Amino acid sequence: MKAVPDLVEEIELTPDETDIDREYLKFVLSEWDAQALEEALLLKDASGAEVVAVGLASDPDIDQALYTALAKGADAAVKLSGGPEDATATGVRAALLAGYLAAEPADLVITGVQAADDIDGQLPPMLAAHLGQPHVSVVIAVEAADGGVLVRQEFAGGRTHQLRVTTPAVIGVQAARQAPRYAPITRIRQAMAAGGLREVTAEPAAASAAPVVRRMYRPEQTSHAQMLTGSADEVAEAIAGLLRDRGLVKG
Amino acid sequence: MSPMNVMVLAEHTGKQISEGTYELIGAARDLAAALGGQVEVALFGPRDLAAQLGAADRVLSVDHPALAEYLPQAYEVALTAVLAERSPRLLLMANGTPGLDLGAAVAVGWQAPLAAYVTGLAVDGGTVVATSAILGGKVLAELELPGERGVATVVGGAFGAEAGQADAVPEVTEVSPPAGLDQLAMSLAEVTEPQGGDVDITTADLLVSVGRGIESKDNVELVQDLGDALGVPLSASRPVVDAGWLPKTRQVGKSGLKVKPRAYLAFGISGAPEHLEGMRDADLIIACNTDPGAPIFDVAHYGTTVDLFDLVPALTDKLS
Ligand SMILES: Cc1cc2nc3c(=O)[nH]c(=O)nc-3n(C[C@H](O)[C@H](O)[C@H](O)COP(=O)(O)OP(=O)(O)OC[C@H]3O[C@@H](n4cnc5c(N)ncnc54)[C@H](O)[C@@H]3O)c2cc1C
Ligand SMILES: Nc1ncnc2c1ncn2[C@@H]1O[C@H](COP(=O)(O)O)[C@@H](O)[C@H]1O
Repeated sequence: MKAVPDLVEEIELTPDETDIDREYLKFVLSEWDAQALEEALLLKDASGAEVVAVGLASDPDIDQALYTALAKGADAAVKLSGGPEDATATGVRAALLAGYLAAEPADLVITGVQAADDIDGQLPPMLAAHLGQPHVSVVIAVEAADGGVLVRQEFAGGRTHQLRVTTPAVIGVQAARQAPRYAPITRIRQAMAAGGLREVTAEPAAASAAPVVRRMYRPEQTSHAQMLTGSADEVAEAIAGLLRDRGLVKG
Repeated sequence: MSPMNVMVLAEHTGKQISEGTYELIGAARDLAAALGGQVEVALFGPRDLAAQLGAADRVLSVDHPALAEYLPQAYEVALTAVLAERSPRLLLMANGTPGLDLGAAVAVGWQAPLAAYVTGLAVDGGTVVATSAILGGKVLAELELPGERGVATVVGGAFGAEAGQADAVPEVTEVSPPAGLDQLAMSLAEVTEPQGGDVDITTADLLVSVGRGIESKDNVELVQDLGDALGVPLSASRPVVDAGWLPKTRQVGKSGLKVKPRAYLAFGISGAPEHLEGMRDADLIIACNTDPGAPIFDVAHYGTTVDLFDLVPALTDKLS
């Protein structure tokens, strides 16, 4: 699970403009990791899998996400450290997770299809390549089956493939079969009070080749929308006018 | 064999090469010209599809039963073999399911750096430079892919498709199927085509579209009232569909439907690249989003930061 900047916030860049400035940002669990956790819990509900939630200790507010996972039904939560301090790049994360999984193997690794801030590739295939395991990403359902799992992979326009995959394997989840379950705040507090996070230090695998960031910048807003201002009523009138001018509404 | 070639992974349905493949071939033509190399297309599955790849200098064809449909491990085995044989300077893949699924794994295996979510590609003094749209399109990153090889997964619509199409017959090189294709840890069990729905949002003149800013299923009714007043169907961003608030047939975007109405009204949609892929060609886009920095305003013609919970009822009032 990865904590990523909340995209509703304004994103600032570092003074040298080669990274985003994470100091004052609010972080949330990556929405696809929330979907991945839900799919793991559904697998547990259906077939009694043991679910271990894993986060990186260097991620902001990761404790909150891990305790929430425990409150939702994960059997254990691991807070992983080792490797470089700045572990935002997918390559660095994949190497550390591969080191951890080499020491504590899992039958199935389920993670989000992507994260909003990964620029050097997506975690599921990268992790699988390190582990030498098969992988399937952009998945919308995972079920236990003889000797492995049955997964549904989604393509453009909603076409899907169902694949039979031998485990161990790595799955990248696009969406769980149902919206992520809700954890009551009292349960999250209970999990926090019980303090069940297991701190693990792993030896990262050799990191893969990475691109070099020259600079980051905000998209030039050359074609920025003409903004309609005023009260809701005034803006509504302006929009109604635009639609009327084009003959899209009667009256 | 030139190490300065640009390779494109072809995507197809078994009968038809995808639009995205042509976009990549077009981009590859420019890059190959700048690098002094050629454009090669890796085609897995039916060899006769090479006839649709006239803009390539060479098609590298691997045909094997395991490659009849996209199968992650089979494609990875075949792509790894083709890369080892041809050593291109750059591999381009569309940022669709195969790109998201294979790109990073192939990059690790081939020991090449990868740039994801690419919207621009250039050669600058011999170095390949990719522009990557991250954080839902709020930030662009300029990335160098140094060394002898690199992989870029390219966002749909970033390049035009025309430059990648030509009425020529490319040279076809048959690559023998690697042994790994006979020992896969996965198999295809079933293919499901999308189901038709109650309404067809791709033919509507006007669409009222709703995103996660609507917050709950109950609130969707508010926007439904506006749709009813206008007599048009509701469409939505993916999270609204994933939450089960509207059916899949209403989803606009990369993994949903592509729409081109005369007007598209977006309420509480941030404008992530995956959403823009499905609606950026609408004649008129009007966006309502309380965040003035939302990327939707970069494609919208008109915008407002008025709260949708105030604006939608006001608009329904005016149009009823
Ligand atoms: C492989 C893949 C395929 C995908 N395919 C698609 C696809 O086909 N279609 C698609 O849409 N997405 C797709 N996505 C998801 C995409 O990345 C985004 O997560 C999604 O588009 C975001 O939806 P949203 O804009 O509704 O939500 P958010 O990004 O959460 O935006 C909600 C917006 O609402 C605004 N808001 C909040 N409250 C209010 C209010 N009261 N009034 C006005 N505005 C408000 C906020 O400022 C925010 O900008 C795909 C992702 C992947 C990985
Ligand atoms: N209805 C929603 N509105 C906004 N964000 C959501 C919603 N559902 C899920 N998310 C995102 O998913 C992440 C994890 O959600 P959860 O685990 O359900 O608390 C949060 O950080 C949110 O950003």
